[in-house]
Amino acid sequence: MPYINASCNKTLRILNETPASGSAVRIALFTDIHGNREALAACLAHAHDNAIDRHVFLGDYVGYGADPGWVVDTIAREVERGAVAVLGNHDAATFSDSYRMNDLATIAIEWTRQQLDGAQCDFLAGLPLAVADSERLYVHASADEPGQWHYVTDIYSASRSLAATQARLTFCGHTHLPALFNASVTGKLSAFQPTWRPIPLAPSRRWLAVVGSVGQPRDDNPAACYAVLDDARNELTYVRVAYDVDSAARKIRDAGLPVALADRLQWGY
Amino acid sequence: MDPRRLERGEVIDGFRLDAPLEPGGMANFWRVSRADIAMPLIMKVPLLRPGENPVTIVGYETEQMILPRLSGPHAPRFVAAGDIERPYIVMEFVAGRSLKTLLDRTPLPEADVAALGVKIADALHDLHRQHVLHLDLKPSNVILRETGEPGYGPVALIDFGLSRHEQLPDLVGEEVDGPVGTGAYIAPEQVLGDRGDPRSDLFALGVILYFLATGERPFGEPQSAGEWKRRLWRDPVPPRRRNANVSPWLQEIILHCLEVDPEARYATAAQIAFDLQHPGEVTLTRRAARMERDGALTVALRWFRARDRRPPRRRSVSGLLAHAPIIMVAIDLATGQENLAEALKLATHRLLDTEPSARLVCVNVFKISLVALDRYEDEQGRNVHLQRLIELKHWTRGLPLAPEHVTCHVLESADPADALVDYARKHHVDHIVIGARASSTLRRYLGSVSAQVVAQAPCTVTVVRARSDRSSDGVDAVAPSKPAARIDTTPP
Repeated sequence: MPYINASCNKTLRILNETPASGSAVRIALFTDIHGNREALAACLAHAHDNAIDRHVFLGDYVGYGADPGWVVDTIAREVERGAVAVLGNHDAATFSDSYRMNDLATIAIEWTRQQLDGAQCDFLAGLPLAVADSERLYVHASADEPGQWHYVTDIYSASRSLAATQARLTFCGHTHLPALFNASVTGKLSAFQPTWRPIPLAPSRRWLAVVGSVGQPRDDNPAACYAVLDDARNELTYVRVAYDVDSAARKIRDAGLPVALADRLQWGY
Repeated sequence: MDPRRLERGEVIDGFRLDAPLEPGGMANFWRVSRADIAMPLIMKVPLLRPGENPVTIVGYETEQMILPRLSGPHAPRFVAAGDIERPYIVMEFVAGRSLKTLLDRTPLPEADVAALGVKIADALHDLHRQHVLHLDLKPSNVILRETGEPGYGPVALIDFGLSRHEQLPDLVGEEVDGPVGTGAYIAPEQVLGDRGDPRSDLFALGVILYFLATGERPFGEPQSAGEWKRRLWRDPVPPRRRNANVSPWLQEIILHCLEVDPEARYATAAQIAFDLQHPGEVTLTRRAARMERDGALTVALRWFRARDRRPPRRRSVSGLLAHAPIIMVAIDLATGQENLAEALKLATHRLLDTEPSARLVCVNVFKISLVALDRYEDEQGRNVHLQRLIELKHWTRGLPLAPEHVTCHVLESADPADALVDYARKHHVDHIVIGARASSTLRRYLGSVSAQVVAQAPCTVTVVRARSDRSSDGVDAVAPSKPAARIDTTPP
């Protein structure tokens, strides 16, 4: 099924209809973890208490934070147990220089490369750019040229992403800002600022959910963000989880990483 | 599924189509049944044809999104919905008659207008508490539930196709450019494209009250959105001009609902319900006395200002409900409780300081005995009820509230706590402030009024205690020189 345009078909992985994906499931979606062990551990524990059947990781496991190795190991373990993971631009930057990043990100990636062992690098290098799972598409940034890492920030960028796939539900990250876009049957696009309340995803519409960041939220709320898709109820919930920000920030400072990367965790910007 | 070709006896997803009902503009309706559901059911089948107005499908999506999230008697209970290939919504069939059936009997007697207004306002307040704005309130969407008892039953609001859930995507607003609603009832800010103000529903309620009281619609039945805009500058003929039997208090309430600026309207439906139930307490302003529409010059000036008017500042329903609470203070007027009355006043003062839009209801319960013959006059022959009312009014002196935001009531009951809780429930009270007398052995065995109120109240309760100078029962061993309030607040 052509879920995504031809230029990136080679990196699109299509999951077979397993019983788990065919029947009703609750899926937890995590993105932009950025080496933040405290935030990921808190979200995974929260999801564990939240009757989750499947984990999906939407990329950017490393960069910025002080625990890239632990985070990659944790996700690799989840993938062995059936979780889905796609590649993010920071993950790609650990093995490729093709994508330009800002100065802070570059410093952090240089440091991260020295922290990862061979197995961890291989795990990242083996990740696909996108995964299609029945009517759902998982991708780190816009589905429009996934390897170019376009941001989905408004209805214009959202419309390009929605045009690039036929999936009814697209889940991505990359912006660190939770947002939800949808296209009506007449093709009209609209944006919605999610709250804590479960959002019914009208089956007559196509939806593009930008999941907020686990490890470096930037919407003025320092709590880690992940999302839960309840397939049976057809509802999406954005979840905020308070975690030990102080420890995560202290480790960044102790590692000699730029102080700004620690400070921003405290405020969530 | 072609909605025109449904047939009696057909079964859709287990629902048997029993009888067609009168079709609506955007949907067909069927009485349906399913063996495992006892409640009478109705199936709404949207008329989704190629090239159909997009509002039809968006309205269907919206209702399918909002109806399952509503609970209580003021909306039909959601049962099931079809998918996009076979769209339908099955919901409770609300037995009763629509308000529309009363319209040919208008003008109605004032008591009926008020009673119906209270029922609709109750329903709206409940809807707003659930974060939903109806945005298409009109008589045909108001069903008076049949209860088998005399008087009007509770109101169920129907047709949530143009509604908005404050915490969910606004599908209608995103799809449609320009105003959506019904010409006779739409609020000025809706005409300007604002779909986020709960007070739009209060404006529509004002139109309904006006219609019931006078037999006429205040703005006629304009068809085009251009004509809808006229209500931004042209004020309606005052109700008393149309019907001399309308009292000033009712005109005051109606015109208060019909203010062009939402900020000038009532803040909540609960406040409207309250005023409709206490005509004697309604503060009459210039609105009550009006007998003429505004002059040409005033209207021309308003037109000039309205020309490039933008929608006013949006107020969220939760914000409005939180900042315009009805606060009830239960006041003990007994001699010897002056310290407590003082502490109660201090606690009330603090609450009002943070909520300037609050309504304050001061209540005293006159305890009557069920066995003895009650005396309504004291030894000096004074009317005890009236005397208590005077004392209540006196108690409110100095509180930071406009007089029209304070009302005083003396309730009569054998069970004071029960009377207070009942009153709070009936009037959508958001917060009860009540004093607790000092603890004593006797009270520990008999239970206190405040404890019973805390246990049964539908809302937040603040229990106020006065530190007594006299140490009673050894509880307050250290007596401060001045009374100080201690406040315990229960969560809602």
